[in-house]
Amino acid sequence: MQYLLLIYSNESEDLMPGQDGWPEYMAEYAAFTQGIVETGEFKGGEALKPPATATSVRVRNGERLLTDGPFAETRETLGGYYLIEADNLDRAIEIAGKIPTARFGTIEVRPIASYG
Amino acid sequence: MSERSTIEAVLRDEYGRIVALLARTLQGDLELAQDAVQAATVAALEQWPDNPPDQPAAWLVRTARNKAIDTIRRRSTWSRKAELLKAVTQTEALMPDIDDSRIPDERLRLICTCCHPALSLEAQVALTLRTLCGLTTLELARSFLVDPRAMAQRLVRAKRKIVEAGIPYEVPEPGALNERLGAILHVVYLVFNEGYGASTGEGPVRADLCDEALRLGELLVRLVPDESEVHGLLALMLFQDARRSTRTDDHGRVVLLRDQERERWDRSKIATGFAALGAATRRGPPGTYTLQAAIASVHARARHPDETNWNEIIALYDLLMKADPSPVVALNRAAAISIGHGPAAGLRALDALTEYHSLERHHLWWSARADVLRRLHRVPEAVAAYRQALTCVGNEAERQFIEGRIQRLLS
Repeated sequence: MQYLLLIYSNESEDLMPGQDGWPEYMAEYAAFTQGIVETGEFKGGEALKPPATATSVRVRNGERLLTDGPFAETRETLGGYYLIEADNLDRAIEIAGKIPTARFGTIEVRPIASYG
Repeated sequence: MSERSTIEAVLRDEYGRIVALLARTLQGDLELAQDAVQAATVAALEQWPDNPPDQPAAWLVRTARNKAIDTIRRRSTWSRKAELLKAVTQTEALMPDIDDSRIPDERLRLICTCCHPALSLEAQVALTLRTLCGLTTLELARSFLVDPRAMAQRLVRAKRKIVEAGIPYEVPEPGALNERLGAILHVVYLVFNEGYGASTGEGPVRADLCDEALRLGELLVRLVPDESEVHGLLALMLFQDARRSTRTDDHGRVVLLRDQERERWDRSKIATGFAALGAATRRGPPGTYTLQAAIASVHARARHPDETNWNEIIALYDLLMKADPSPVVALNRAAAISIGHGPAAGLRALDALTEYHSLERHHLWWSARADVLRRLHRVPEAVAAYRQALTCVGNEAERQFIEGRIQRLLS
């Protein structure tokens, strides 16, 4: 099964480039990613720019409405994702638990829907 | 085997085992497994009175499997049809000579799946009772005081999540099994307490939940005999259940531990409880269930309330506070101190619990406080505390008990 691991964190708690510990944090991410590439479970993944760069789009009665920022004003925002192929939810949870941000943020594990 | 009640007892005993086995063959599809076992039990009730099988469990496995195959074949537009049919028919060669004693027990898989933390606690409880204990949706709805349609929805959603999120039909690896076992024990104890506390509503149906929880506890002891806490939980439930019939009087009013008729406590359950407690302590350092069972055992040992070894109980509560601090444990510890070391010490212990703000909305805290104030002859304060307790009490029996206390203080 494929799962999307959505990486949520509170901006104020997340490490930023240039801060103490940033290189180590990135090295951890690199090691984690390398690990699931080697097992063949990695299908994709990207980091996102901060929520301030987001634009939300919705169409109501044929009219396109744009708003500044992410869809929901929540404390934790989406910062990146991994797409993985895992045997089952337990394995997906195990992988999610190894994402460095899991230590202070939240990883949401969502199965990918397949239609057809 | 011709008596209907005998047949029903066999079906009840075998239900969880057959669902567990069939669900494995069906790659974890609980819905399909359950429907098939349900159909097989209906067939058994029709056929067994005239034609009792030599091997009832094997008969049920075979019949349920055939029902499952029928269902899979009927579902023409199903993506997993071919895959499932293949899985089920592959085991067919083994079936003719299977006998009851050789049916593998897959119930640990089943309970691990039902109690998966990706499911809500409510769903875990409902699913466990439905698939392992064979309670019907209607019985579950009655036991948990929810609308039958809501209960049916809860079960459907849980089973759908198992399939759609890919919750495996597996016993987790040893490390993860410990974590899962915690969830399983939690579910079993919650079922027991639903029946025991009956915090909302009343009636014999809810008492049945205690029996189901005890059955699950005994099953777990057989499935994972090396785990200390599994024995600890069984011991705890046995000690508590031994007192079940003495906890309320003929009018449904609460009878406190010290006023219970101890000669009516179920001595055979207490003896089994001591055996389970011994098994728990031999297998490792005591966990929270084992410690609670040890506390219950001190009460069970005392033939008269005055023989209770309160120092031992307070010491056990100290250990429990270290292992698993919670407002309720802190409250019970304070209550034990108020008896063991007197009401003044008890009041100090209760007032020291200010860090637990939630207790101020808990009727037990107010009742305990009222009780020590009463024993210190501080009547107006005691009455005020009992009145506070009334504002947050949950069930009728306890309400009546508190009102009785107020009346006695005021007369």
